Amino acid sequence: MNSELFGVIVTFLVSVALAIPLGKYMANVYSGKKTFLDFLFNGIENFFYKLSGINAQEALSWRQNLYAFLVLNLVWFIYGFVVLNFQTSLPLNPDHIAPDALSPIAAFNTTISFLANCNIQNYTGTTQLTYFSQIFVLSFFQFVTSAAGLAIGVLIFKSVVNRSTNNLGNFYYYFVRSCTRILFPICLVVAILLMWQGVPMTFKDHGTIKTLEGVVQTVARGPVAGFLAIKQIGVNGGGWFGPNSAHPFENPTYFTNTIELISIFLIPMAFVFAFGFFVNQKKFAAMIFGVMTFGTLLLLVPSLFFESKGNTSIDKKIGVAQVHGSTEGVETRFGALSTSFWAITTTAVSNGSENGAIDSLHPITITSALLAMMINALFGGAGVGFMYYYMFIIISIFVAGLMVGRSPEFMGKKIEAKEMKIAVIVILLHPLLILVPTALTTFVYSLNTDAYQHAWFINHGYHTFTEILYAYSSSTANNGSAMGGVNYGLDYWNMTTAIVILLSRYIPIIGAVAVAGSLATKKYIPTSAGTLAVDSATFSVIVFSIMVIVAALSFFPALVLGPFAEFFTCH
Amino acid sequence: MKETAMFTRDQLKEAMKEAVIKFHPFKMLSNPVMFTVEVGSMIMLIITLLSGISAHKADVGILGPFGFNLAVTIILIATVYFANFAEAIAEAKGKAQANSLRQSREDTPAKVLNKDGSITITSSALLKKGDVFVCSAGDPIPMDGEIIEGLATVDESAITGESAPVIRQSGGDKSSVTGGTKVLSDKIKVLVTVVQGQTFLDKMIALVEGADRKKTPNEIALLILLSGFTIMFILVTLTLYFFASYAHTNIYIASYLALFVCLIPTTIGGLLSAIGIAGMNRALKSNVIAKSGKAVETTGDVDTILLDKTGTITIGNRKATNFYPVNNVDKDYLVRRSVLSSMIDDTPEGKSIIELSGMDPLTFKVDNPRFIKFTAESKSSGVDYTDADGKQISIRKGAFDAMRKICMLAGNDFPPKLEEYVNLIASNGGTPLVVAENQKALGVIELQDIIKPGIQDRFLRLRNMGVRTVMVTGDNPLTAKYIATKAGVDDYIAEAKPEDKLAYIKKEQMGGKLVAMMGDGTNDAPALAQADIGVAMNNGTQAAKEAANMVDLDNDPTKLIEIIEVGKQLLMTRGALTTFSISNDVAKYFAIVPALFLATVPSLATLNIMHLHSASTAILSAVIFNALIIPALIPLALKGVTYRPIGAVELLRRNFLIYGIGGIIVPFIGIKLIDMILTYFI
Amino acid sequence: MIHSVLQSLKLSLLLLILLCVVYTLILLGFAQVIAPNHGEGSVIHYTNNANGDSSYGFYNIGQDFTQDKYFWGRPSASYYNAMSPSASQLSMTDSAYLDTLKIRAAYFLSKNPTVSLKDIPAELITASGSGLDPDIRVESALIQAKRVASARGISIDKVNKLIEDNTSKPWLGLFGIPTINVLKLNVQLDALKS
Repeated sequence: MNSELFGVIVTFLVSVALAIPLGKYMANVYSGKKTFLDFLFNGIENFFYKLSGINAQEALSWRQNLYAFLVLNLVWFIYGFVVLNFQTSLPLNPDHIAPDALSPIAAFNTTISFLANCNIQNYTGTTQLTYFSQIFVLSFFQFVTSAAGLAIGVLIFKSVVNRSTNNLGNFYYYFVRSCTRILFPICLVVAILLMWQGVPMTFKDHGTIKTLEGVVQTVARGPVAGFLAIKQIGVNGGGWFGPNSAHPFENPTYFTNTIELISIFLIPMAFVFAFGFFVNQKKFAAMIFGVMTFGTLLLLVPSLFFESKGNTSIDKKIGVAQVHGSTEGVETRFGALSTSFWAITTTAVSNGSENGAIDSLHPITITSALLAMMINALFGGAGVGFMYYYMFIIISIFVAGLMVGRSPEFMGKKIEAKEMKIAVIVILLHPLLILVPTALTTFVYSLNTDAYQHAWFINHGYHTFTEILYAYSSSTANNGSAMGGVNYGLDYWNMTTAIVILLSRYIPIIGAVAVAGSLATKKYIPTSAGTLAVDSATFSVIVFSIMVIVAALSFFPALVLGPFAEFFTCH
Repeated sequence: MKETAMFTRDQLKEAMKEAVIKFHPFKMLSNPVMFTVEVGSMIMLIITLLSGISAHKADVGILGPFGFNLAVTIILIATVYFANFAEAIAEAKGKAQANSLRQSREDTPAKVLNKDGSITITSSALLKKGDVFVCSAGDPIPMDGEIIEGLATVDESAITGESAPVIRQSGGDKSSVTGGTKVLSDKIKVLVTVVQGQTFLDKMIALVEGADRKKTPNEIALLILLSGFTIMFILVTLTLYFFASYAHTNIYIASYLALFVCLIPTTIGGLLSAIGIAGMNRALKSNVIAKSGKAVETTGDVDTILLDKTGTITIGNRKATNFYPVNNVDKDYLVRRSVLSSMIDDTPEGKSIIELSGMDPLTFKVDNPRFIKFTAESKSSGVDYTDADGKQISIRKGAFDAMRKICMLAGNDFPPKLEEYVNLIASNGGTPLVVAENQKALGVIELQDIIKPGIQDRFLRLRNMGVRTVMVTGDNPLTAKYIATKAGVDDYIAEAKPEDKLAYIKKEQMGGKLVAMMGDGTNDAPALAQADIGVAMNNGTQAAKEAANMVDLDNDPTKLIEIIEVGKQLLMTRGALTTFSISNDVAKYFAIVPALFLATVPSLATLNIMHLHSASTAILSAVIFNALIIPALIPLALKGVTYRPIGAVELLRRNFLIYGIGGIIVPFIGIKLIDMILTYFI
Repeated sequence: MIHSVLQSLKLSLLLLILLCVVYTLILLGFAQVIAPNHGEGSVIHYTNNANGDSSYGFYNIGQDFTQDKYFWGRPSASYYNAMSPSASQLSMTDSAYLDTLKIRAAYFLSKNPTVSLKDIPAELITASGSGLDPDIRVESALIQAKRVASARGISIDKVNKLIEDNTSKPWLGLFGIPTINVLKLNVQLDALKS
């Protein structure tokens, strides 16, 4: 158990150690400074721009940038939806997936889910998708939507730097550079490490073998390593196999587990540091990092504690000792601590991959995972996690700014009614998109309790409520992790989650970019002794308090009826 | 206008009445937070009636028991009432001030001067802009205006509360009179400069009564935030109904509403307008009339203030302290010439020269004196006359460089000794005045400034607030620098012309800074208008008053510092109470939520960390606390959170500890206490 | 609109080539060189126990072992189905789930009569996260040693030695969990006989 805890700590520290230089590199990439990959990518990028007729040097307003983002997304959506529906008419289907394996509604959900960088998986990759779909739609989306998220984040950086101007930089510039200079090279390195450890990278169909005891076993495989690398690096989380990173082909060893955990953390952490380097506010970035880390630890520590104790019902009702903590849904090579660490990491960082079954974890771990998604700003998704944090800053700065007796200002830009309105809508949308669909689902369930219990759930009671809450929290946070005990393949779940994912991806982005645009145009107010220092520890505490009170506490009643009820009943 | 008690018995009575009238839904709409509480209490009223009718049923369902409903209804109504009362009491205080003002605006007779010189007596209400009226000793001044002829002592106590009479005279910066004041001696002709209903007094009354109260930008932004919270908690409460039925839990409607009302920020919502009105009142209390609430609020943001040296940093005016003759000129000769040049110079400096000489200029024998007035261009003044020998004499005194120019132009050399004196005086903070006779320098008069005691502390306080002080003076750079250093201002504008002030303000504003200035003269008007906060002195010209956002009735130039603190207090009070209100939610969650589910999930009792007696006492305690905290905080809302110039971070830490952490702890104690009391009675 | 759609379309197509085609080809190239079994999944060859055919299994993919003479791996909610494997997804407080565990424990005791209930490693009665877990902990192997030894008629020391030899130690004794690949252990067990 001690070596497991040691592993958790070291993994975290290594992630930070790598994230700082990467953050500096990212800041250089976005600000167009010289980087060591220039020799390779300058030419490629210029070639891309030339062929597609894009001027990436042009400074665009927030509206133009947003438009660029939305049009790209529209093109991707149509492309993805068409390919998934006609996948069997396309090449690379060695496992002979049947044309009706993926219903149009499932295809719709999958397209939306990957388009929104959520990657909730209501399908099973190995039985419902062709290799072509996996690579040319899902893997592609994992690259570009992550890069688009990062580019949106950089637009926000620009709003801090730019003064009294209408421009926020160029979305295409940040987007393409995120693809070529950040995601592409890192993914290559990670994928190579992973396949060296035994992750498959082949276009061969499933392997059919006879087991030692003589039973036929068909083993799904594929070009997993490349898919896996962008799944983790791009903060995506959509796995090749159903069990995601619990699957021994998707995560064969303790070493790959560590690599993947670091990969999950890497970009969201580095992005915070990149902010510090980009706007030259390193202390502020360190403070943001501190708040995010503190929040993550606050969720992690109780999870580690309870998972290390395991399922007390097994001790009490069966009489089997649990020396190594939880084991149900946990892979032996990872152990209980690494699995709960992963569960918190994947939800704090809006990744959504899993290396164990969340459904079988301790109610406290599930609560922590839920809270991480409900706050959605503890590192969060690629670019968008920072974006949510930015919205929390706007709200906190308003309250804190008043408390020092000045009209609230952030980095010398006055926060006024307009920014407030948008920030409130963005922050408000989050509980709305979690609570309303959860309420709707409980209502639908109540219409025909027996039928839905049978059709939807394998679990009972409070736990199913937790599962509903989790499904919409994961959709809203664009997280993608799931409590697997629900039959998500049904049309009801496919449709409702798709709508929630769609709204929770685009409305906050539109709002945040609008706020960024509005701040960029503002006159800069120089700081004085009376100005609130946003890089102070006190302000960070206030941001954290606002996150807890506004985001987390509004779910208190729901949490009480779900995981808390389960926890207190079993204790 | 200066009050000592928080509020009088009469104000209390009036506020209690007014609070009932404010229940009108249309009036409530301007405050979305409290409006939802009012809607909630109306729903509860219906629920109570329904539960009363069906009281015989064994299973109360979500309607809930009558007694519990009644209690919740009463508490919710009380919550709205308390919020209304907070607003009403703040308004009542304002009204009391307005009433005392209104008394002085009673219809007074006006002696209108007709074109042909005859006088018609008419009512002040009939005066039009452009009319001219006459006031003699004992007459009330019927309307705001500008003195066009004469001089008078005026009693302005009705407006300023200051009993000492002031002198008003035509021309210069003390020419404006205010309607409602009274002439004590002499006679003046006054031109009406404003339209009926727009007089200073009218504006003041409208403002303090709150009729003109518009929401300030910060207030609007805050209201958006609070409305956001309200919507969120509507959501939380509504969805909880579905969650509860999923968990087979029956929750009374009263409990839902109680949860909702407890969670929304009623504390700040209820006190918000009271805070705003109280801020205006506080400004008024320090005898400053703001033309809008926004102006008071903006002062909190001021980065730079421009202060005139004279009267603000130094006491009154410079005084002559010494005569330094040069070129073997007899000292007495220099003194005599100095006195001659100051004969009709009625500036305080001129008078002080005569004072220092101890001579009576009227005993001097001069023929054909022609007095040359000081102008900004010539920077000198003096007299031309024919002396006893019939010789033409021209005496000038003025600033060093102006005088040097005069002497040099005439081909006379300028003694180096004189320059030495000039530099010596200037570097000691004095102002040198060079005296010349027929373009030949005679010597220097030293004028000294006396810095106000305690001014350094005030500037230090401003610096700690993050406000830069800039001294504006007509002095030469050397003198200005000396005084600036001695007084502790951050910057100075020397040899300032009115355009320089304007330019400086514009430059600061280009850098994103918010500039405040005080001014009195007509030539200050453009700068006052350009400044984000312009404060005009009440004894200043009408033009200055028009251009400013605030008028200081006390004519105290250091008043800006006080107003800045009032502005900061206003913002801080809002921020602090918002923080308090939001922090309160933590305890309320822990009081109500376990109580809601106790029946179906008994194990949730673990979450009842306050060990409240029962589900219904827990819910009632929380709503009662929520209601009582509003009147409990009214004094704070009216008085404002104390501002301390200890730097923003320190201030934030302090307020966060008091109102944030305090806001978490206080309701835990309060709810527990109320629960204990309720348990005792039940 | 059409202009920007075309721009986006062209840019996406170019990125598709870089991020899907070029990326995948580079990785396939590397796979041939550094990945075990050229990226097709590392395998263990063995003689099939049922008919003596030469066969192989995937090293990382757990197999369902039911016979007494083999070490058993983790219970699998999907019975080691390697096309669509899954975890049990059951709540730890579910009563039906606890019944399942009881049955598994009882079955284990019936096959390993010398073991007492409290000593059964929890991982041997709880399903893995993937349904394909190839590993067990050392104590899970040791507790089965007696059964395996007696089923094969070999000494328990030999079996214990094999367990020790097959234990993958944590790197530097710090990183990782000491585990045993059940398939590899069983293949070596078979090799021991011949």
